[in-house]
Amino acid sequence: MNTHSMAGSPVLAVNNLAVHFGGLVAISDASFAVDEGEIVSLIGPNGAGKTTAFNVISGFLRATQGEIVYRGQRLNGLRPHEIAEAGLVRTFQKTSIFGNNTVFENVLIGLHRVSAASTWETLLALPKVRRRERQLRDEVREILDFVGLGHRGEELAGSLAYGEQRLLEIAVALAAKPSLLLLDEPACGMNPTEALSFRKLLSSISERRITILLVEHNMRMVMGVSDRVVVLNHGKIIANGPPAEIQKNPEVVRAYLGHGAQKHA
Amino acid sequence: MTTTMQWLFVAALAGLPLVMHDQYFFHVLIMMGIFTIGAMSLNLLLGYTGQLSLGHVAFFGIGAYTSALVSLGFDIQITETYTFVLAPKPAWFSLICSVTLAGLCGWFIGKLSFRVRGAYFVIVTISFAEVVRLVALNWVDLTEGPMALNNIPPLATALPGFDSGPLQRKIVNYYIVLGVAVFSFLVIKRIIQSRLGRAMVALRENEALAKSVGIDVTRYLVLAAIASAAIAGAAGGLYAHYVRIVDPDVFLFIYTVTMVIMVVSGGKGTLAGPVVGGVIFGLLPEFLRGHTVPEVQWMIYGALMILIVYFLPQGIVPAVNKWWTAYRSKRDQVVATNVSLGRNPQEQEG
Repeated sequence: MNTHSMAGSPVLAVNNLAVHFGGLVAISDASFAVDEGEIVSLIGPNGAGKTTAFNVISGFLRATQGEIVYRGQRLNGLRPHEIAEAGLVRTFQKTSIFGNNTVFENVLIGLHRVSAASTWETLLALPKVRRRERQLRDEVREILDFVGLGHRGEELAGSLAYGEQRLLEIAVALAAKPSLLLLDEPACGMNPTEALSFRKLLSSISERRITILLVEHNMRMVMGVSDRVVVLNHGKIIANGPPAEIQKNPEVVRAYLGHGAQKHA
Repeated sequence: MTTTMQWLFVAALAGLPLVMHDQYFFHVLIMMGIFTIGAMSLNLLLGYTGQLSLGHVAFFGIGAYTSALVSLGFDIQITETYTFVLAPKPAWFSLICSVTLAGLCGWFIGKLSFRVRGAYFVIVTISFAEVVRLVALNWVDLTEGPMALNNIPPLATALPGFDSGPLQRKIVNYYIVLGVAVFSFLVIKRIIQSRLGRAMVALRENEALAKSVGIDVTRYLVLAAIASAAIAGAAGGLYAHYVRIVDPDVFLFIYTVTMVIMVVSGGKGTLAGPVVGGVIFGLLPEFLRGHTVPEVQWMIYGALMILIVYFLPQGIVPAVNKWWTAYRSKRDQVVATNVSLGRNPQEQEG
């Protein structure tokens, strides 16, 4: 999984990012990078600015300062769908699916980006378009099998168990064929068994040459899967390194356990 | 199953002139058909993208006026010295103009208002309809205002050999409306069952997720508005050539409400919904007219609507689908235990 050396420039570079909401500073002067093929985790206590960072990177929020560069392309000012179009796809902290559609339809919608056909071609239903539609259906099945929802295709997404809904979110995101996947607390609310198989899923996504930036609270998972961990606290990056190093970092310990913990640590 | 049923329905409608020979009967069906086309177009916006256009009649009226003016010819004085003059054009050509101009207005309204959605869109569409109505009322040089545009050439004369009597003319008009209705239905069906329709449903169901997988939400809303307005324009054009008189009353709010009722009672977001709603609320007033005074008519009309919305909040078509699915799965369970239930029928309750 360690492919640091092969990457010339990073897949994603966040440079001196600052986000202010009125007088509130959510993120100040944060810089970090994600290299090709890496799994990088962004961690920090609640309110540290992780989801804000995600929202800015994916275009749902505007940066106050700094820039976000994805494969050499500046993302600032692009709209969310344009960023997805570029291959950077995110998931949401709160379960976000098309609840009234079937599992199959959810993934089919996710394939929007790769189903590319012009409006006129689609309206005329050219043979090319119809052939593509059939291929898309095969792709949906392949993606559902990959995340382990192959047997659930015809069910309404809203009627799935919670853990399965979270897998479906990943399936929808994968359908958009990301080269960089941003996962916002994907394992939140999963039971230990589900979390374990989710770890395996993360590794197999990574094997598909998809770079992953992960926000997660489950430390066992973070330390287990990450190549590198970036720690945010009060909107500032306080540490950035391999999991083993992060676990020993006194500032990180202080951020999580408070000042008093230092004496005993 | 459903496609076969759709074609059977069309075949039955096409066969009606063989058994029915009543002029008034066909008049009712033609008006029903025109409003059903309007309802189908509204459903594309309201049902599939979830945007309520309460000024939908504007597109209908623009279609009607465009068709009337292009087929009658008109002149507009642009400067002191230059006057734009349009000679009368054939009816089929003016119908195409009405579709085009209504579609353009849809594009304009879509661009203008979809940056602010929901309630704002409702307000923009209502205002738009009102502005267009006032223009039609006050631009007397062009539209004759409340005096109305008269003697609009009928579409039916475009078909030679049928111009023999009033019943024949009604039947030709009937087939024209049926043809346009089927064509509109097929266009909407094609949109809905393609990636375009999937994008529209996605933005209705979960806009943030739709964006995050690369769907340009505004683009598909505008697209839906264009298609919706163009089809409503076609309905308006048909109306102008059939009734042969157009006045500013075509922009009345009650027509929008009628279309909304047709869509909501039939089942918004289903292909068959506006057709079912259109048939019920298109025929009902005529049926009641024979039995009671108008005041009672409208009360029954209203009461029925409340009953439908109260007991079948999703509309008639989804309710029937649900019963059908439940019935079939029960039947199949007897045959084989290993059945897939498909959509969970309980899910849409409430």
